[in-house]
Amino acid sequence: MSGTETGPVVVELTNAAKHFGPVRALDGVSLRVHPGDCVGLVGHNGAGKSTLVNLVNGALAPTGGSVTFPGGTDGVRAVFQELSLCPNLTVAENLRVSHPGLTGLRWRRAARAEIGASLDRVFPDHGIDVDAPVDTLSIAQRQMVEIAIGFAPRAGQARLVILDEPTSALDAGIAEQLLAHVRRFCAAGGAVIFISHMMGEIFSVANRIVVLKDGRSVAERPAAEFTRQGLVDAMGHVVTAAAAAAARAAPGEIVIEAEGLNARRGEIVGLSGLAGHGQAAALARIYLARTSGWRTAGPSRSKQTANAVFVAGDRGRDGVFPLWSILRNVSISVLGRDARAGVVNRRAERTLAEDWRRRIGIRTDNLDNPLLSLSGGNQQKVLFARALASDAEVVIMDDPMRGVDVGTKQDVYAMIRAEAAKGRTFLWYSTETEEVCQCDRVFVFRNGTISAELTGADITEEKILEASFEMQDALPQVVPA
Amino acid sequence: MSLAGMTSKPWIWAWAAAALAFAATLVLTQGRGAGELAYAALSFGAFAAIVGLGQMLVITLGPGNVDLSIPATMTLAATLALKFMGSDPGTALPGLAIALAVGLGVGAANFALIFLLRLPPIIATLAASLIYQSLAIWSNRGLRIKPPTGLAEFATGRFLGLPNVAWVGLALALMVWVLLERSLWGRWLLASGQNLRAARLAGVPVEAVRAATYLAVAVFAALAGYLLASFSGGAALNMGAEYLLMSIAVVVIGGSSIAGGNSNVPGVWGAALFMFLVVSMLNSYGAAAGVRNVLTGTIIIAIVIAASSRRARI
Repeated sequence: MSGTETGPVVVELTNAAKHFGPVRALDGVSLRVHPGDCVGLVGHNGAGKSTLVNLVNGALAPTGGSVTFPGGTDGVRAVFQELSLCPNLTVAENLRVSHPGLTGLRWRRAARAEIGASLDRVFPDHGIDVDAPVDTLSIAQRQMVEIAIGFAPRAGQARLVILDEPTSALDAGIAEQLLAHVRRFCAAGGAVIFISHMMGEIFSVANRIVVLKDGRSVAERPAAEFTRQGLVDAMGHVVTAAAAAAARAAPGEIVIEAEGLNARRGEIVGLSGLAGHGQAAALARIYLARTSGWRTAGPSRSKQTANAVFVAGDRGRDGVFPLWSILRNVSISVLGRDARAGVVNRRAERTLAEDWRRRIGIRTDNLDNPLLSLSGGNQQKVLFARALASDAEVVIMDDPMRGVDVGTKQDVYAMIRAEAAKGRTFLWYSTETEEVCQCDRVFVFRNGTISAELTGADITEEKILEASFEMQDALPQVVPA
Repeated sequence: MSLAGMTSKPWIWAWAAAALAFAATLVLTQGRGAGELAYAALSFGAFAAIVGLGQMLVITLGPGNVDLSIPATMTLAATLALKFMGSDPGTALPGLAIALAVGLGVGAANFALIFLLRLPPIIATLAASLIYQSLAIWSNRGLRIKPPTGLAEFATGRFLGLPNVAWVGLALALMVWVLLERSLWGRWLLASGQNLRAARLAGVPVEAVRAATYLAVAVFAALAGYLLASFSGGAALNMGAEYLLMSIAVVVIGGSSIAGGNSNVPGVWGAALFMFLVVSMLNSYGAAAGVRNVLTGTIIIAIVIAASSRRARI
């Protein structure tokens, strides 16, 4: 274990923990990074990788344990997968954002020279114009700029660069340039924390691999002691076979066929894969195509309700009406069904909302309270109630369990099962394997397309992970002996 | 607590300001002319209230939604209706139908530009209003046609002591209030204004709601134009000019959220009365035109700040 090594340390985490209320995003992780180290950090969505990165770069303070920098925090940089450049500024001007030392009348000239040199160093023949506004660049070029800013001297020297899925937007050739630069950088005494879902890359650059699971470090060994399969096994846990093999009603005819997936009446169909690989966008397109902005009834036999409802995961953007009470937020999708001559049936509205408050356990003593007085998890329950209270044949759920507590989750699983048995169809995107394993059939997404379809006993974390990762056989790799 | 409850209602501020302006004017006249002043405020306030109610519905649709074609719509509807009626008795109702039809046509054209060409509503309605104004000029040709006598008498008459136009404005306010508070369409409008995408994903027919709203504002403007022309003895090409800013001002002063999703019907009427009373007050105190404008602007800003800071605290 590296923890027993001696010598200078760039950053040391000792039992570092970060809790968000009852959620243990990081639950006591110890890690030392020395100059010359390249630490590969792997794990699921939600395993705690991003939290760990945020503790190291100072964006979050630990709630337990400590994060120390014996040599100070100068030269510690993070490059994020969510692009954080200012799109309206040029490449050179974006360097200035993270380099306050560029001042004076001729700062642009200095910025151009510095970012150009850094780009040339990491990505020879990159072809990026440093005077181009960032919004004219491709996603890959933006990622390259962001990486180059991370490695740029910026009036000092990069000592630790955290790369959070840096290659997800890059093609193989460019990715290899980056990997080569990381190896050079580490050989020259720099340190890198490298996060990737691409096994080949991890084995290609990391000298040490740390596996995170549920906020804990479950394995930390030199890269050469891992095999690919061993790494995948370390990340995932075996799903209880009982849940997956539970008896399920025979599904009926196909009611959805879109985006390369299909679902039958009474079936619970999961969408899985790594976050941001097109699942949410596909769900939104399916919903928008099945409903209309001009009338409430979709192409359904029942005239009074749309034949699909949507449970938002991104509450602020897709779900809540922030000025409204809990009551109005619950009832909006079913108002049309209960209205008489265009007038809201307020008694039916309240009865329905009270009923769902009990059934799904919305924690409030008054449904007239503002929705925003509820915690995130309870707001999510409101969105669930809104959808399940309708008569829609198809329920589309976009990672709907964020922040919902464990007990409620079990209740909602049971509710979904019962509704499916009555003939409703569920499309369920989730980043949590536990939820995906509730499904009858699972489509795994990778890079916007479906890479695998799993059914029955095949729905296991290992199979999903395997289908989620690109195994990158085209890349030259350092295969562990 | 009840005082806090009162001050947290944004429309209180518009009504309080209207009452203050009323009182300040009466202080100068030592109480004489109170009835006349109130009557005039209700008469002229009614036109501002009617266009303001329409504008409020559009602004409730959310950021970027506004109808700048109100003045041109008023002019066009009044011009075409008066031209058809030609001062002949018994033509008031067909004339009204023509005015409302013009409103529907204008609303449909505005929404077509917004929906089909995806123009921002500010641009679409402002550009289209040039066309409507040109149509009014072309059909008017400088003629000033008097409204039929019966219609003119109705527009300037009173019922139970209140101006008839104020009764129309109050009836419309009540109708809009019921629509917003009790009807399905009102809920859909308020939901769309808070978060259009969430409303669409919750099954609200958002395009139908937007279309109906742009139709409603144009119909309200057309009705206001018809009544105003009947009230003032004929249509004029600039008759709607002051109602562009007026319609927006009464919505904002009335306490409706400029960010959408939150309407305030009583506030529109309070603000409409205030806008008339504050000018009368400054006139009675003998303020010059320039001073009057500066003071009016300052007072409006003060009211909007008072109303919005109260809301931010709850």
